[in-house]
Amino acid sequence: MKTYLLPSLKLTLILIVILAGIYPLAIAGVGKLTPGHGDGETLSYKGRVVGYALEGQKFTKDEYFWGRPSAVDYNAAGSGGSNKGPSNPDYLKDVEKRIEDFLKHNPGVTRAQIPAELVTASGSGLDPDISAAGAQVQVARVAKARGLSADQLTKLVNEHTEKPLLGLFGPSKVNVLKLNIALEELKK
Amino acid sequence: MNTEISGVVFTYLLTLALAIPLGRYIARVFKGEKTWLDFLAPLERFIFRFSGIDAKKEMNWKQHLFALLTINSVWLIYAFVCLMAQGHLPLNPDANPGQSADTAFNTAISFLVNCNLQHYSGESGATYFTQHFVFMFLHFVSAATGIAALIVVFRAMKDKVTDKLGNFWDYFVKTVTRVLLPISFVIAVILAFNGMTTSYAGKDTFISMQGDTVHVSRGPVAALVAIKHLGTNGGGWFGANSAHPIENPNYVTNTTELVAQTLIPIALVFALGFYLNKKKFAYVIFGVMTIGMLLFLIPTMNAELNGNPAIAKMGVSQTTGAMEGKEVRFGPANSAYWSVITTIISTGSVNSMHDSAMPMSGNMMLLGMMVNCFYGGCGVGILNFYIFIIIAVFISGLMVGRTPEFFGRKIEAREMKIASLIALLHPFIILVGLAISSYVVVNMAGADWAVKPSSWLNNPGNHGFSEMLYEYTSSAANNGSGFEGLGDGNIFWNVTTGIVMILGRFLPIIGPLAIAGLLANKKYIPESAGTLKSDTSTFGVMIFAVIIIIAALSFFPALALGPIAEHFSLK
Repeated sequence: MKTYLLPSLKLTLILIVILAGIYPLAIAGVGKLTPGHGDGETLSYKGRVVGYALEGQKFTKDEYFWGRPSAVDYNAAGSGGSNKGPSNPDYLKDVEKRIEDFLKHNPGVTRAQIPAELVTASGSGLDPDISAAGAQVQVARVAKARGLSADQLTKLVNEHTEKPLLGLFGPSKVNVLKLNIALEELKK
Repeated sequence: MNTEISGVVFTYLLTLALAIPLGRYIARVFKGEKTWLDFLAPLERFIFRFSGIDAKKEMNWKQHLFALLTINSVWLIYAFVCLMAQGHLPLNPDANPGQSADTAFNTAISFLVNCNLQHYSGESGATYFTQHFVFMFLHFVSAATGIAALIVVFRAMKDKVTDKLGNFWDYFVKTVTRVLLPISFVIAVILAFNGMTTSYAGKDTFISMQGDTVHVSRGPVAALVAIKHLGTNGGGWFGANSAHPIENPNYVTNTTELVAQTLIPIALVFALGFYLNKKKFAYVIFGVMTIGMLLFLIPTMNAELNGNPAIAKMGVSQTTGAMEGKEVRFGPANSAYWSVITTIISTGSVNSMHDSAMPMSGNMMLLGMMVNCFYGGCGVGILNFYIFIIIAVFISGLMVGRTPEFFGRKIEAREMKIASLIALLHPFIILVGLAISSYVVVNMAGADWAVKPSSWLNNPGNHGFSEMLYEYTSSAANNGSGFEGLGDGNIFWNVTTGIVMILGRFLPIIGPLAIAGLLANKKYIPESAGTLKSDTSTFGVMIFAVIIIIAALSFFPALALGPIAEHFSLK
């Protein structure tokens, strides 16, 4: 055992310096060159930082587009999903309640128009996106609350719908925070 | 084909296109041939000189094992001490406290053994110091340990070796400097340019559009996430792992992380063919593994894309599929692919919450970890597969009345005993753990632990049972993903899964190393008409049958009580 112990200790020491010291510092250096300077990209409205581009935040008022339900209530100091199983009866009651709540705030919308992501919690609890259908189904409510025309908002949603990667891979989506900032800027 | 499915196909093909040349490169590195990273040789010489290691000294299989176990013991103690003391160590901008003794015990083992089960949340349970100096360090060295052990077995399978099987330190250090570190660097740069944070600044605070004050956890994430996938480790920076928008910002990073985790396990299969100059044999192994992967993947994607029937009944539109626990930017098809890849390979990182997946998907994830060798973790995947090869050779030898020989060496009682013990160890530690925890839930519901057994299960009925089955399966397979609803942050789970993880790591490394070492010492018998051919599809079918019978069927009763029962009850 002794033949191996001393080399093990020394090898551990030198590898800690290289792998946990030099390597991440080099990456931090590269990170300075990126758009968010390695701190995470923020979005501003009227000169004030109102959120991180990548992270969803809570929207509950009728005049904003809503994001997805969050198991951590969009607390970005933590993260996580509901971890509810698909057959859990209490969970299914929660989903039913969210549907009813959504219908109450969005009169005229039918159940079949509600995409599942608007009534199910995301994996991280910080999902920044909804589907294009998820944004369109809220247009009538937001238009009414803001006194804007539905056509104008439909156009805004279309402009903010991000296509799949290269148009070929993955889902299309709408970043809720970016959409809501653009919505505020419409009024001006 | 819709864009979600084409994304999955593209990701797999990209992985394959990169894995084959990487396999050739890895074989060249360990054959000592010229490669384009030879300019790193002075760095390696410096490391060896500093550590007082003679990297040219040949070792036999026992010396390899001693070296491996010694350095792993050093890391275990180091990790445990750091985790307990992290509250007093530097690089702690969020002022997080030290871990309790039982959590530190579990976490230290978990990262040492390449499992990365996490009974804490990164945002509050770790510091930047422990994330880098414990977790990321162990990400590198635990992956390198598995690969180095595999290279010893590769060497032992060569035609004309005896007990001189190369030098462990040489294999280990070269895995770090020639494979893991350069590729991690490239991956981390890609991730950083897609918005993953890299700076050491602590939490940020802002006021949201609606006027809520929000605190945002951040950190030097990109460097860790690169090796977390490349080394099939899986232990994430944030609690939500790669579902978290900083840990996996978009489809580019998602594809990068998926390719990164699948890359080395597939490359090593091809490396085997190049190293031994037995390409056909490598194709047979690759074929068996890929068919196994598809058998798990297709039902999983099907279940997720069809959505939850109980939610369909409520009348909402599930055009994209089941969305609970999933992120919009990845979608159900990709999340299904990820959850199968992360469980057949021992990564255990997640981009969706497995606990909320459809029962059929959960069943396939469990099977992936129970088999644990369809590609499998860095190095250890093929070591697990090796055990099944030995058993298949022996059984087919008996069936056709030929001497069971594998690459010119006779397989006899001693090797078979070791192989059987290792093959049965996996079901044994999982099912015994499950039996004990089930007993505790029922009979000791009020025990005074951090989480009382009565509130362990986040879901009732069969799904709750699956949560416990998943936890032990993930621990034994050194996977690290979880049905995270399980209340596992208490002494019972910390200790029992800690023991399961350590057994599930080192015995399946010791076993194949011992078999390969023993075989290498035997007289070489040149191939003749009486030799069983190991590079045919018939033999591939034989291996597959052995895997299904031993690894999958022994779990059938447990699966029937968990995900299978839930599948049939869900309407």
